[in-house]
Amino acid sequence: MAAAPLQSVPAPRPEDQDASVSPETRAGQAYFDRIIADDSRIEPKDWMPEAYRKTLTRQISQHAHSEIIGMQPEANWITRAPSLKRKSILMAKVQDEAGHGLYLYSAAETLGTPRDVLNQQLLDGKAKYSSIFNYPARSWADMGAIGWLVDGAAIANQVPLCRASYGPYGRAMVRICKEESFHQRQGFEILLELSHGTPEQKEMAQDAVNRFYAPALMMFGPPDDDSPNSKQSMAWNIKRFSNDELRQRFVGMIAEQVKVLGLTLPDPELRFDEETGKWIHMELDWQEFKDVIAGRGPCNAQRLARRREAHANGAWVREAARAYAGKQREKQMQKAGAA
Amino acid sequence: MMSQENEGQAAGQQANVWPLWEVFVRSSRGLSHVHAGSLHAPDAEMALRNARDLYTRRNEGVSIWVVPSEAIMASDPDAKGSFFESPQGKDYRHATYYTKSEGVKHL
Repeated sequence: MAAAPLQSVPAPRPEDQDASVSPETRAGQAYFDRIIADDSRIEPKDWMPEAYRKTLTRQISQHAHSEIIGMQPEANWITRAPSLKRKSILMAKVQDEAGHGLYLYSAAETLGTPRDVLNQQLLDGKAKYSSIFNYPARSWADMGAIGWLVDGAAIANQVPLCRASYGPYGRAMVRICKEESFHQRQGFEILLELSHGTPEQKEMAQDAVNRFYAPALMMFGPPDDDSPNSKQSMAWNIKRFSNDELRQRFVGMIAEQVKVLGLTLPDPELRFDEETGKWIHMELDWQEFKDVIAGRGPCNAQRLARRREAHANGAWVREAARAYAGKQREKQMQKAGAA
Repeated sequence: MMSQENEGQAAGQQANVWPLWEVFVRSSRGLSHVHAGSLHAPDAEMALRNARDLYTRRNEGVSIWVVPSEAIMASDPDAKGSFFESPQGKDYRHATYYTKSEGVKHL
């Protein structure tokens, strides 16, 4: 994008006079740096470094893919949800996930990559999505654990993203966070009702929490010393807190909430460290995390196959809608011609 | 200079892609329509229906506008200095510029 010289951009310093960098790029970079330094927002038409554009496109589209794949473990339970009310709630939640995916694809598109290209990357297995959705949802209690722990972790991760330096991303996150809090509360309620039900129901709730605890903590991403992109993302004001910081904060929240449920977290090392003011949790199995991300999780193949199938099955709808729109346009033109 | 919306539109002109629409929602009577986001749809009618499903799942609106993104003309962000220059230094356009009337009631 060609940039006219900006009025308030300072003259380049001699050390910046790299012959390979055009004056436009230098001016753009200075403008971008100032916006980031002011903690203001970058908007789609602003000059931005290629790496910033690429990082955001990857992050936002992965996030969108996660929402879309995330519909599956829950949709799977709609027919078996224990009451009409529960079915309606679950349907509303799955609908929200689709909506969140679409908000995020829209935000990603403003960076220049069309939605269909991003979608194709998912279908081709080239794009990543959150590792959590590659774990199976085995019981009705899992709907509770997913809402409470998985959506809870997502909220902890996403609230700071509302202030991400890229405007469209932040705006999408604001909308998403508002809707996610319903998800987390309904999950908590499912677990609360089960944990106060029959011994079997309580056991089912505890089993779900046991299975989802560690994978939910992994949702915050690898430990800080093994998260190569974090530092740059924080310098760009995309990320506001490190993975470990958000993770320990979340552990602190659920450590309290689990008491209300009358359940326990499967973590013998869980404690609050008075000295550092931080929550300590057990060591997580990062090899498992890497395996799931790399496609070797319990449900990766199934999730992708289902997504491809759904996309292929929807082809006739997309084609019909396009044909109908074309015909309507033609009719209107004929009308206009006859008049 | 292509606008944000037009960049999406350029991509949308590929054979199998629905055009992009900008969605504006009026949250209640008496307020303006405000930009809510964008979506893809084959025609205006479908764009309206999709916008209803996507942006008003919780009673967020009483009225929706959809506009083809390519129909939106946007100011050039690189020219913001000169384009918005005119009001600068014209503080006298604001009520706060006039301080001598301080203490005078109902003014």
